[in-house]
Amino acid sequence: MLGISKKKWISYLVNLAIVFLLYFGISTLIAQRVINSYYSDIINMMLINIILAVSLNLVTGLLGQLVLGHAGFMLVGAYSAALFTLNVKLPFTVSFPIALIIGGLAAALSGFIIGVPALRLRGDYLAIITLGFGEIIRVIANNLTITNGAKGLYGMESLNTRHNLTGMFTYIFFIAVFVIFLNFTFGTSRHGRAVIAIREDEIAAEAAGIHTTYYKLLAFVLAAFIAGVAGGLYAHQIGLIDPSKFDFNRSTEILVMVVLGGMGSITGSILSAGVLTILPEALRGFSNYRMLLYSVVLICVMLFRPTGLLGRSEFSLTGAFEKIRGAVGGNKKNAAKKEG
Amino acid sequence: MKKRLLAAALAATMVAASVTGCAQSGDAGSQGSGDAAGGDTVKIGGLAPLTGNVSVYGIATNNGIKLAVDEINKAGGVLGKKIEYVPYDEKGDAIEAVNAYNKLVQDDKVVALIGDVTSKPTIAVAQKAVKDGLPMITATGTAADITKAGDNVFRACFIDTYQGELMAAYAARKLNAKTAAIIYDNGDEYSTGVANAFEEAAKSEVITITNKEAYQSGAMDFKTQLTKIKASNPDVVMIPVYYSDVALIAVQAKDIGLKAKLLGADGWDGVLEKIDKSNQDAVKDCYFCSQYSAESTDPKLQDFLKKYKETYKADPTLFAVLGYDAMGMMAAAINKAGSTDSDKIISALKALEYKGLTGNTTFDENRNPVREAVITTITDGKYKFVENFKK
Amino acid sequence: MEFLSQVINGLGIGSIYALVALGYSMVYGIVQLINFAHGDIIMVGAYTVFVILVMMNLPLWLAVLGSILFCGVAGVLIERVAYRRLLVHAAPRISLLITAIGVSIFLQNLYQLLFGSDPKSMPKMFVFAPLQFGGVQLTSSTIINISVSVVMMAGLQLMVNKMKIGKAMRATSEDAGAAKLMGINTNTTIAFTFGIGSALAAVGAVLYCNTYPQIKPAMGGLLGLKAFVAAVLGGIGSIPGAMLGGYLLGVAESLTNAYISSNLTDAVVFGILIIVLLVKPTGLLGKNTREKV
Repeated sequence: MLGISKKKWISYLVNLAIVFLLYFGISTLIAQRVINSYYSDIINMMLINIILAVSLNLVTGLLGQLVLGHAGFMLVGAYSAALFTLNVKLPFTVSFPIALIIGGLAAALSGFIIGVPALRLRGDYLAIITLGFGEIIRVIANNLTITNGAKGLYGMESLNTRHNLTGMFTYIFFIAVFVIFLNFTFGTSRHGRAVIAIREDEIAAEAAGIHTTYYKLLAFVLAAFIAGVAGGLYAHQIGLIDPSKFDFNRSTEILVMVVLGGMGSITGSILSAGVLTILPEALRGFSNYRMLLYSVVLICVMLFRPTGLLGRSEFSLTGAFEKIRGAVGGNKKNAAKKEG
Repeated sequence: MKKRLLAAALAATMVAASVTGCAQSGDAGSQGSGDAAGGDTVKIGGLAPLTGNVSVYGIATNNGIKLAVDEINKAGGVLGKKIEYVPYDEKGDAIEAVNAYNKLVQDDKVVALIGDVTSKPTIAVAQKAVKDGLPMITATGTAADITKAGDNVFRACFIDTYQGELMAAYAARKLNAKTAAIIYDNGDEYSTGVANAFEEAAKSEVITITNKEAYQSGAMDFKTQLTKIKASNPDVVMIPVYYSDVALIAVQAKDIGLKAKLLGADGWDGVLEKIDKSNQDAVKDCYFCSQYSAESTDPKLQDFLKKYKETYKADPTLFAVLGYDAMGMMAAAINKAGSTDSDKIISALKALEYKGLTGNTTFDENRNPVREAVITTITDGKYKFVENFKK
Repeated sequence: MEFLSQVINGLGIGSIYALVALGYSMVYGIVQLINFAHGDIIMVGAYTVFVILVMMNLPLWLAVLGSILFCGVAGVLIERVAYRRLLVHAAPRISLLITAIGVSIFLQNLYQLLFGSDPKSMPKMFVFAPLQFGGVQLTSSTIINISVSVVMMAGLQLMVNKMKIGKAMRATSEDAGAAKLMGINTNTTIAFTFGIGSALAAVGAVLYCNTYPQIKPAMGGLLGLKAFVAAVLGGIGSIPGAMLGGYLLGVAESLTNAYISSNLTDAVVFGILIIVLLVKPTGLLGKNTREKV
């Protein structure tokens, strides 16, 4: 801990305080029924999508590899977790966290099995091969008896009850926070720097002594693990899963969240995952036009900001604070504009 | 076109407004719930895919429900109040359906629900509705598990297994079939449900299943499966899928020269409208079970069909008819219960005897409807009533 | 005998995959873009046939011609509006890909709004009595599909190799910068490639309508995905490769349906794709390119 400067400590503390404030704020509002279950379910879905987008960002943003089969890992996680809680006779509060870990591990395992051959390829070919694997996972789930075929699984419990409205929210919120934290630290760790080096120039990285296969696989399996956990959360949040919900379109949905926010920018992924979950709900009254509008927005953002909304930069409170302070010192008018 | 542009522009501004609204307060809609508790109407919620891939079913169901509401309100409504029908679109998606359900219950404070339309979202919604004890009738959700969710969940249509068993019995007893083949959509719950029930029931009816061929949702080429079926030359081919797929399968069956009689379930209703006149001979020798017959002389039904055509400029389908009946059942139950209390409505539904467009309906102990099925065939490009059939 | 029938069934649908795969392949060859909106161009083509033939009640040849022209123009227009800016600024490839996904969603929803999600039925188009060879039956649609796709490929191959615009296309795909220096208008060439690819998709759409007389706004999704697999299988960027990939995919599907399990068709299709990619990543007929250091 000696290496961390005082400034960083302050920034950690500030972020920690904000996280807890957010949590207590929202959970009190839910418990007091100020935020009803319509909104709290949307918040939960938004957080799950954030987890998914941030996990894909590990591979697409940090490693710079295009993956079109992320929904496949989510499927593996969702089914493993759901099968566990449905078949194990443990109290749900005990079986649920175990199920999430099992979901994550199962997804990580499938990530490993797929990653070993697939990561020999790169660029578009990797995208295509992950697409292929994602579809195969879906077809298999559609045909096994244990997964109940096209009918899917249902009857999964949820932590939310009449008396405890925030059970799911608590879990999902802290897992999301943890995943985001993990991604930030991973990005600046030795492993993360190795992964970024591979993104920038794989051959140079290899020449510099970085074990490229190992690090590529590491990022890939880690992303699969997180997607699996997100799948487990999803299965118990919705209470119903079937293979068709984890198809190619779902994979592109997650990819769009990452790219729209800015590849490699974690805050960008969070932002766009949040907005893209709320948008369809906010547009409920215009059901005929909402997908049309969504596609137009998507095309325009890509045309005029090809690197995504935030590009590769991260939004940070201390950073913004510094900027504002700097601006106030220099030109008060400018600062006022920025804040507005 | 101008109207569309205007609507699009309006939509854009509303998005901006609502998104910023959400970001600021995190709870933009809760203030709207105050006026919903007002007591001059009875609010009944609706869930249906009004856009998206399965919107054709949702729109028809929703239209049927709306006609029922109009009629009931013209006749004085329920409990002396008008029904206010609040339908939401869920795009055929379980997540959206649950979101919309929450909105209906929390924001709109509906007393009952008609929906959902397709099986998956209906199961998802039923699980939530059980927790709230909200009386709900799905007009068209055929999956057996829907009503198993809890005793507040009813349905207006036949279940998958019943139709499969019925058609197997019909094939054996009325068509004297000894061999049968099945082709079904293995990505669709309704289709797999009916297919499995048919296969199971065929055993006891002494029909040999020569082939059971699947295809994956969204496929358009069935020649391979049909060629295989043709090679084993069965008496009948059971095709328990929805009408748009039936249209493709039947035309290709004709193309490769398959001669067997085609059988189907209620998903066939509307198939003629999906086959161009030049191809309609492909379905000339078919039998499918349905829940109403357009040739019926029942004046109420004829009146409905006429009104539907006038109002929506479209041909009514089974979905519309069932939507109408589902709303009719709910209204009748609320009147019988004499209040909008959930438990009272549920017990009223359980004991309901309802005479609707689909015939006389009561609910069995699993809250599934009990009534006779109608066997329909197609000749000269027209649906023909064959007979009522009960297994 | 049944085996032969099944192979021919596979070739019938494979021809449609092949025609669509040609478009994928050409566009990828020239701008390295997986054009996910290409599948939806087939849908646009099919609806154009429907509008002219059924709604306006005009003769069939006009519908076919109109559809090909409309799609060609639509392809050029889409390139101009949605991709040109990104191509000129050499934006990240992934932005192009996301734009293509955006275009795909846009087209599907636009057509859904215009025509409804309800499938539309098509009348019989080109029909003659099926031919019998021994026990094997060739339906009219299969014969038409196979012969049209072969003719199209031959024409395209001729154009790319012999005509001036074809040479410009090859030069642009080889090295766009150098092509520009040699006085080739690369923008026009790229636009032309999109136009030709889309026109071929329209031909595919006509064959589709003739074989499967039903169209809906979402029809391009799965078809496009499979055609894309076909293009990769044959070697993306290669015209004969796209054809070969299309036929192989169609036959593989048909034989899986017939002899393995109709439940697993998609898994087998993607399984073949994965094996080909792992063994020979550039596809069956693709050129081996070395990574530049």
